[in-house]
Amino acid sequence: MRNIFLFLKKYTILLLFLFLQMISLLMLFNYNDFHRAIYWNFSNEFSGSINKRVNGVEEFFSLKTENENLRIQNALLLQQLSIANIVPDTSTQVEKTFVIKDSLSISKQFKYMSAKVLSSSVFLQQNYMMLHRGSDQGVKPNMAVVGTTGLIGTVVYTSKNMSLVMSLINRDSKVIAVLKKGSGLGEISWDGKDPSILLLSKVPKNIKVVKGDSIVTSPYSDRFPPGIIIGYVDKVDFDQETNTFKLKIRTAIDFNSVQHAYVVSNLLQSELDQLEEKGKKE
Amino acid sequence: MNLIVKNILRLIVVLFIQVFILKSLPPLHGMAVPYFYFILILWLPFKMKRPALLFYAFFLGMIVDVFYKTPGLHTATCLLLAYIRPFVVNLLLPKESTEWGENAPTRFTMGFIQYATFVIFLTIVHNAYLIFLEWMQFGDFLYFIGKLLVTTFISLLLIFISEMLVNRKTSYR
Repeated sequence: MRNIFLFLKKYTILLLFLFLQMISLLMLFNYNDFHRAIYWNFSNEFSGSINKRVNGVEEFFSLKTENENLRIQNALLLQQLSIANIVPDTSTQVEKTFVIKDSLSISKQFKYMSAKVLSSSVFLQQNYMMLHRGSDQGVKPNMAVVGTTGLIGTVVYTSKNMSLVMSLINRDSKVIAVLKKGSGLGEISWDGKDPSILLLSKVPKNIKVVKGDSIVTSPYSDRFPPGIIIGYVDKVDFDQETNTFKLKIRTAIDFNSVQHAYVVSNLLQSELDQLEEKGKKE
Repeated sequence: MNLIVKNILRLIVVLFIQVFILKSLPPLHGMAVPYFYFILILWLPFKMKRPALLFYAFFLGMIVDVFYKTPGLHTATCLLLAYIRPFVVNLLLPKESTEWGENAPTRFTMGFIQYATFVIFLTIVHNAYLIFLEWMQFGDFLYFIGKLLVTTFISLLLIFISEMLVNRKTSYR
């Protein structure tokens, strides 16, 4: 017994070091989704409040470009208003008299909620973005996040007032994308090197791809609204092993200077989930 | 100024620079990420007890982790640094550390060569362990070595600049 105490006394520091080291390594490697959620909940509320203050200053510097982006987007939205379109008289007649509109059915599928970006990282291997809008304001995990010029990523965790977004430039991020021309389904990933270059792999080789082609979100995704721009083809490589194209894509959004984002919720999500579960059971 | 107040102020300033300014800098050649917050551990006084040193490092790492969103990564690295610091000091200085009183490692208290060795060695240890943990899952050896060299260079440059900016000669008289 005495020897044990002597041993403990002699090696207290080493044991303390090993103990603390073990805690941190466990935190690093061994934490599951449950732990992760608790950790984010705690750290979001803590770092979010400080990030918010600093962001107030940072925001000032990018006001100009941010303004310009918003103006461009406004113009796009104005174009979509009914005032901008001239519709021949006859067709409006037809619509009014013959098309029966059910006021109860959902006519909108995607709901956009604006959110301020509190902090974002670009230069790490796992890049996340923090938004000032959380579960109290209707954000749920797996919702899409869209910037003023293109897709940003997906919500992974939410706390009461903040939410954490896994951006496209994250090694774990996988998004199904398609060429805007309409074909060439592939998977967008990131190799961890240049934050403005993404990879689109497994594009069939019978498709004609030219530098500058737009890449958009796939219409088959349940999360992302279809047709949101992800980026533009920068370089076309041919992968000999799999006999497919490997495209390098320049991101449409500049992840360095994102200040505002829109969280997109799919209003039909619960219906889709139910259907999918039914299909799985059968 | 009181030693504790001084260290707390230093903690706030250094963390602010690391977390809000250096974190948003673009990496050189896509690999050099600037780290210099561990200067806080290097600059602690000699007389600090070793358990206190370990706990200080643990909480410093935790705070950095909360902002970098990497649970445990910086904590583990800081702990290793705090654990080996007394050994390095004892190797470089012949005297018992208790005799140094409130002195902290500077180029005046340790001598320039010893201080430079102290800083360079601990910087390499910090960056090597950090990058090793970060790249465990990806495993590209050449990238690891390259990143280690570039990151260490940037860290040393930052420490050199802070050494020039902060006059610590008369700090602990």
